[in-house]
Formats: sequence, C-alpha cells, structure tokens
Amino acid sequence: MDQFAVKVFVRLRPSVLDPAGEATKSASIKLGAEGIKSLRIGKMIEVKIEGNGENEVREKIDLLCDRLFANTVIEDYEYSLEKL
Amino acid sequence: MDNFTVGVVVFPGSNCDRDVSWALEGCLDIRTKYLWHESSDLSDVDAIVLPGGFSYGDYLRCGAIARFSPLINALDEFVKSGKRVLGICNGFQILTESGFLPGALVANKNLNFICDDVELDIVSSKGGWFNNVDEKQTIKLPIAHGEGRYHCDPDTLKKLVDNELIALRYKKNPNGSSFDIAGITNEKGNVLGLMPHPERACDEIIGGTDGLFTLKSLILN
Repeated sequence: MDQFAVKVFVRLRPSVLDPAGEATKSASIKLGAEGIKSLRIGKMIEVKIEGNGENEVREKIDLLCDRLFANTVIEDYEYSLEKL
Repeated sequence: MDNFTVGVVVFPGSNCDRDVSWALEGCLDIRTKYLWHESSDLSDVDAIVLPGGFSYGDYLRCGAIARFSPLINALDEFVKSGKRVLGICNGFQILTESGFLPGALVANKNLNFICDDVELDIVSSKGGWFNNVDEKQTIKLPIAHGEGRYHCDPDTLKKLVDNELIALRYKKNPNGSSFDIAGITNEKGNVLGLMPHPERACDEIIGGTDGLFTLKSLILN
C-alpha cells in the first residue's frame, strides 16, 4: 500500500457571486492594499489516503470531490497529490 | 385520513422540528412522528417534512452531510412512490444537495442572516402546495437564513420556468436569489423545497396564517 498526501482546492465557479470574497476585498482595500483586482474565497481540504498506486487513489479522490467535497452546481475543484 | 401521519425528520442540529410538529398537530390536527436521521424505515409515514435548522452544523456546505444519512438514502423510493416531501429552509438545502431538486443555495448576497417577514408571489399550482385560486396571489411568510440565495445555471432556470416548477418568488428579493426564487417543486410536484417557514405562520397570534395551506396540503394524495 502506498500513502499519499492530497490537497484538494474547492472554488466557487466564476459565474457564482462570492459575497464573502467581495467583503474581504473591501476590507483589504481599507487596510491600504492597492491594486487588488479580484478576491475570491475557496476551501482547501487535506487528505492522507492509502491505496494501491496513484491511479487507484486518484479514483477515490475523484469520487470524494465529485460527490462530497464540492457541489459541482456551484463549485469547481482541483487537487494535487504527493506520494509519502 | 384519520391515520395519516407526517414524518418530521430530526438531524443533529435541526431546530424547527418541534415547530413543524406543533403546527401540524396543534393547528391542523394532523398526526406526526419524529424520524431520527439514522432510521431508514419510512413504512409508517405518509408524508415527510425536512425541517429547518443547521443539520450537522452546516459543515462543509449546508445540507451536504445530511445527504448521506440513512434516512435520505431511503427517501428516493418514497419520492418515486409519489408520496409528498416538504423541505423547509435547511430541508430545501438538503433536497438540492441530494439531487431531489435542481440548483443550490448559497450565501446571501449581502452576507446578512436575514430574519424577516417577506411577501411572496405564488407562481405555480404544481403539486397543489399553495392556495392560488386567484391569477396572482401573494402570501406573507417569515424567512430566517444566511444561505438562501438560490442559484442555478441558465439551462436549469429555463427548465424551471418552462415546466412551471417555480412555486414561489420573492416580491422584493431579500438575498440575491436567481429570478427571485424562494421555492421550487420537482417535475412530478410531490416534492417542494422553500426557504420561507410556513410552520411559523400558522396562528394569528404569532403574526399570520399564510403557512397553513402548505402544511395542510401534505395530506393530499
């Protein structure tokens, strides 16, 4: 069994308004930061997972992302995978 | 219909289950039974309400974890058999997360948790959930949500409009919902999801009775 560290990034789709991102952008400007063109907030999920090779682990992570971690009606996801 | 029983689902974090039960039993004399989310036996209930609240603490996304409960897994057969399911607020979020209704509910546009009475247009009579004998009838119901902004892609919206699946629209959009949507049904009409709380508008003494009709319609066949 190989063990992998997976980082999943879940983001609101570009077409979905992100009011929390807008509020944070507004606060960033009040802090004095200049040049912010856009700010959107997503989630990062860290998973340690075992499996027989990278392909099997990718299958499991795809299922988790598609069915649980992200709601694909409003969110996109991507992930990176590192063998431990 | 003396033995007609409405199942009121209780998740960890539900907080409108007792209100729904009170409105059904106390105001409408309809028998209710609490259904713990780990139960998958729906054989002795004739209709189901998924009440409002914060199931599983709204972790990950509202309704996302509840979707995997044994009860929601058993709901598919129940819905297919034509029995009626009403999802209120968090119940609506669970119905979209689990795919019984299209679209999703996301954070209110202004980020506020909105607790207010809102006026709603009854748009469709599909499923007989609302008493819209008039061409354009308006009702007033309370809302209480932070994540009630209905969102769907343009194709889904077109399908909702073309098939008359939009049940309720806000007269004055409080949360940024697409097309002012406050509630929708499935194609068959036996599943209704809505953000407003009909169970909180069942007695004049608490401000109105516009929610009675929707709860009463649970006993329709």
